[in-house]
Amino acid sequence: MIHFDKVSKLYSNAAALDEVSFSISPGEFVSIVGHSGAGKTTLLKMLLIEEWPTSGSVFFESVDIHGLHRRDIPEYRRRIGAIFQDFKLLPHKTAYENIAFAMEVAGRPEEEIESDVPHVLELVDLGNKMWNFPHELSGGEKQRVAIARAIINQPDVVLADEPTGNLDPITTREIIEILKKINDVGTTVVLTTHNKGVIDSLEKRVITLEGGKVARDDKHGRYAI
Amino acid sequence: MWTDLKRILRSGFLNFWRNGFVSLASILVITITLFVAGSLIFFSAVMNATLEQLQNKVDVDVYFVTEAEEEDIMSIKRSLEGLPEVALVTHTSREEALAQFQERHNDDFLTLQALEELGDNPLGASLNIRAKDPSQYESIARYLEEREALQVGAAQIIDKINYYQNKPAIDKLTKIIQGTKFSGAVIVIILALITIVITFNTIRLAIYTSREEIAVMRLVGANNKYVRGPFLVEGFMYGILSALFVLLLFYPITLWLGGKTAQFFGGINVFDYYMNNFGQIFLVLIGLGIVLGVVSSYFAVRRYISKKYLKL
Repeated sequence: MIHFDKVSKLYSNAAALDEVSFSISPGEFVSIVGHSGAGKTTLLKMLLIEEWPTSGSVFFESVDIHGLHRRDIPEYRRRIGAIFQDFKLLPHKTAYENIAFAMEVAGRPEEEIESDVPHVLELVDLGNKMWNFPHELSGGEKQRVAIARAIINQPDVVLADEPTGNLDPITTREIIEILKKINDVGTTVVLTTHNKGVIDSLEKRVITLEGGKVARDDKHGRYAI
Repeated sequence: MWTDLKRILRSGFLNFWRNGFVSLASILVITITLFVAGSLIFFSAVMNATLEQLQNKVDVDVYFVTEAEEEDIMSIKRSLEGLPEVALVTHTSREEALAQFQERHNDDFLTLQALEELGDNPLGASLNIRAKDPSQYESIARYLEEREALQVGAAQIIDKINYYQNKPAIDKLTKIIQGTKFSGAVIVIILALITIVITFNTIRLAIYTSREEIAVMRLVGANNKYVRGPFLVEGFMYGILSALFVLLLFYPITLWLGGKTAQFFGGINVFDYYMNNFGQIFLVLIGLGIVLGVVSSYFAVRRYISKKYLKL
């Protein structure tokens, strides 16, 4: 479903990615690990069409996404749910509105929004914080809102860029549990992390990046750098 | 389509309300801009009225010799009225001139006595000419001269044209009027440009604080219309509210200045002017406010949606 074909990215002649090739099948849970600067974030940016490869192509269901017309990019992005270390919630919207916004831009009808948003907030265990603004929520709660927003449009893929980077160990475990549940219902999950414990407990596929190259790709990997 | 519009409007209103401080700052700046614009409207109204009054004070008199036939004078009057430059020609007959003279020197016994000694009416008839524009007196005077010169054989009936006596004064006034109009226009344009630039920058700063939000919206898959829409709604509201505020503000200000301006410039009362032209001023200020708010917002947002700006 996702295929990186000899993707390279040069930033002022320094290679962030160097001929990276790998494929991800539907329903997989893939963790990408590596030192800072190993190219993890560049890789996710590519998938969100926020970065263009210097050479090589990225395919999503056999479509070269960097060949998409600007007009079609928003629609493509709605098929990908993204979660970030710094949550990236809209500060002037409540938890409910943040999630509703993702549905609104996808053109979903009002009735659907009214029934789905409370449901997904219950799912991430935030039913009682629906009308709170982001600054009134804890880090873990914010991240759960972000996850709810990422999955509300039933995306094909959920990208999680260091989602637990700002969270304590217990909250980290909760977040990872939610990601696992998302994966259990068939959604592909791509996770980048530094967290050894998370990787080791997942026992899923691990791609290790080193200096912009794929150093290892293990089916049931462990954190090994 | 309809739902989209509704959602954009609602989002714009909410943002306006929740970004209270930023909204307030933007409104204040647009208010200043519109206040300057409105003041310029009043300024030019006072200016024009004053200049018009000055212009009306300039005129040219043609004095005829005492022997001139009434008929010839009337024919000159008619031909003058046929000229496009001439606004008004008033005829004063010899008798009227005498009556005016006596009236003027009512308490000057010596003069009246001298007049009586003469026995005959020494005063000639005259035509008072008012041009549409002061710069046209020269050509009118020349026209009369040429006409007089053509009267070969016949007696010359024009005694004198006082344009030539008043020429320096008229020229100077013409220059002042033209200069004032020109410098007025320059001041208007410069002030307008400065305030527009300031408004534009303020709104750009206001939207700069939202750049992260714009990035997030795009990330969630919002198309440009969805990202831009609420900001345009906000800009629209800034414009409307500022304009209403300025319109309200002008009420006490013109009321206060009204009497003073009427006294100082003679004739125009800015309060009456405001009330009489309220419809026009309302439309100009509201229109200007909306254009300022919406156009500034449009360009400010464009910066963040046309470039790639997602910071991950």
